[in-house]
Amino acid sequence: MANIKTSEKKTKAQSMGLHSEVLTGKTQQKFFNPDEAENFYYFGTHDVDFNKRAELDVKDMDCKQANGKIDELMSQGYGTIVIKNPQGKHSLGVGILNKLNLIFEGSLGYFGCGSVDGPTVRINGRVGWSCAENMMAGKVVIEKNAGSCFGAAIRGGDLICKGSVGARTGIDQKGGTIIIGGDAGAFTGFMMQRGRIVILGDVGINLGDSMYDGTIFVGGKIGSFGSDAVEAEITSSDIGWLKRKLKVAEIGDNFDVSKMTKVVAGKKLWNYDALEPTERKGAI
Amino acid sequence: MCGIAGLIHRGKSSNVGQELQGMLQALRHRGEDSTGYALYGDTDGENFIMRFKVGENVGEGSTSIMEDVSVYDERKKIVDGHLSELGAKIVKEERILPYSLRYEIKYDKDLMEFSQKIESVPGVEILSMGKSLEVIKDLGNAKVVCDRYNLDKLVGTHAIGHARMATESGVDIKSAHPFWGYPFSDVSVVHNGQLTNYWNNRRVLENKGMRFMSECDSELIAVYLAEKMRKGATLEEGMRESLTGLDGVFTYFVATKDSLGMAKDTMAAKPLVLYESDDLVAMGSEEIAIRSVLPQEIDTYDPFDGEVKVWQI
Repeated sequence: MANIKTSEKKTKAQSMGLHSEVLTGKTQQKFFNPDEAENFYYFGTHDVDFNKRAELDVKDMDCKQANGKIDELMSQGYGTIVIKNPQGKHSLGVGILNKLNLIFEGSLGYFGCGSVDGPTVRINGRVGWSCAENMMAGKVVIEKNAGSCFGAAIRGGDLICKGSVGARTGIDQKGGTIIIGGDAGAFTGFMMQRGRIVILGDVGINLGDSMYDGTIFVGGKIGSFGSDAVEAEITSSDIGWLKRKLKVAEIGDNFDVSKMTKVVAGKKLWNYDALEPTERKGAI
Repeated sequence: MCGIAGLIHRGKSSNVGQELQGMLQALRHRGEDSTGYALYGDTDGENFIMRFKVGENVGEGSTSIMEDVSVYDERKKIVDGHLSELGAKIVKEERILPYSLRYEIKYDKDLMEFSQKIESVPGVEILSMGKSLEVIKDLGNAKVVCDRYNLDKLVGTHAIGHARMATESGVDIKSAHPFWGYPFSDVSVVHNGQLTNYWNNRRVLENKGMRFMSECDSELIAVYLAEKMRKGATLEEGMRESLTGLDGVFTYFVATKDSLGMAKDTMAAKPLVLYESDDLVAMGSEEIAIRSVLPQEIDTYDPFDGEVKVWQI
C-alpha cells in the first residue's frame, strides 16, 4: 500500500481503494418526464382491468409455471386473479410490477410475493420465510401466520400479517410499513434502516438490534432490546398515524395505540460517526 | 442446507414409512446426498431390533473405502459370534443389502456393553437398537432409499427423517442422519444446522466414555442428549439444556419409543414449520413436507427461538 502521508490526493484515494476518475460511457439511469409519459415503458408491466377476473388452479404446476401463467393472464388484461391450491409452494406471485388484485386461496411457501411493485395481494393462509422480500410498493395481507424474515429489505408498501411472525421480521428494512396482528420472534427490525414496524402482540429478544433508523411500535411485552435500540416517547403524530394505519390494515379494532412502546435507533454505534474513512483510520 | 421432517400419530398407528418418504421427497431440493429414516414400528416389544452395517456405501468426500463383499461376510460371522458370547439370541435375521443387516434379538442385559462388543469389530456400526426404533439410512434421495429398503409398508406411530446435503463431512452412511442415541434403546436424532462447539463437546463426552462413530457435528446432539439422560435428566430437560450447551444454529428432532420432540436454537436461524392437532403432529423444514401428508388447507406456524416441545403418542 502506498504511503498515504506522501501521496498526492488522487493517489491517496486510489491507495484506499477509491476511484476519483471521471466515469465515461452511457448511464443506465432513466429519468421520468411527464411530457413523455405516453412513451414511458416500465419493463415487465401490464395494463390490467380490475373487473376482468380469472381463476387459476396451480395444484399441478411448479412455481415457474404458475408465475408464468399469472404473467400471461396479466398480459391478457386480467386485473383480478384468484390462485387456487397453492399448497405451500415456494416463490409464488413474485416480481409483479403493476397494479393487480391477486388472491391466494391457501398458503404459500418461501419467498412468496417477493420483489413486487404495486399489486394488492391477499393470502388466505400462511406464508413461509421471506414473504414479500424486497417489496417496493403495493399491499400484501396475510390472514394467518408468517415465517421468519417477513418483509426482509422491503423498500415501500404495506405488509400486513394478521397472525404471528417468526424471527428477523423487517431485517434490513429500507422503507414501507410492516404490521403484525400477533406476536413476533427474536431480532425483529434487525439492522433496519428506514420505515416502520408495528407489532400488536409480544416481541422476542434483541428487538431492533443494530438498527440504523426507522421506528418500531410494540403493543405487548418486549423480550429484550437489541444493541443500540432505545425507547422513545410516543407522540400525538405517532398515535394518529398508528390509528390510520391499523384501520387500513383491518386489524387492531379498539386497540389502544397510545400505550404502545416506541423503539428507535440510539445512533451510538461506531458506524454512525461522521468521520471520513481517512479520518477514521487516523482515529484508530 | 439439509431438510428434516417428522410426524407423530397420537392414539393410532399409520403407514409412517410411506408418509415420511413423501415428506422427505418433498424436501429433496434441500439435499439428496443421503436420506435417513428413524421409524417407530408396531411391535410386540419383546425383542430388540438391531439395524447395523458391516461396510460403507462410499460417496464424495468420504474417508471410508469400498470393500469386497467377502469382507462383509467375515465381519458378519464375527458379529454373530459376539452375539452368542453376549448371550443374545438371534430370533430373525435379514440381510437387506450386502452391507446392511437387520436382526431381531432376544437380549436383556446392559446395552452399552452390548454395543461396545459389537462395534469392536472394525467396520461394524450399530445404526439403531430398540424395541420399536429402526434407523435406515443410505445414499440417495428419499424415494431411492425407501425403495431400496422396502420402507413404504412399515406401520407405526411416529417417525423422523433427514434429507442431507453434505457440508461438514463426507457422503457416506456413517455421516448420514438419523443418529442413534447410543446407548439408549429407541432414541434417535435428526438435525438441520451447524454446531460450532462440536469438538469441545466431543472431547468432553469422549472422556466420559461416550462413543462417536462419525465426524458429523449432528451426531453430537444424540450423544449429548444420551449423556444427559444417563445422568438422570428427562428427554425434555436434556433438550432444554442443549439450548445453551450446544453452540451454533440448529433445529433438531429427537424421538423415543413413545414421544417426539423438537428444539430450536435461540437465534431461530433454522427453519421449522409445525402443524399440530389432537391426533397428528407433523413438522418439517418447509411447509411442502407437511402438505405431502395433509394436502388440504391447514393452520401451521413457525415455533419461536429457543422453543422446545415434546409430544407423546
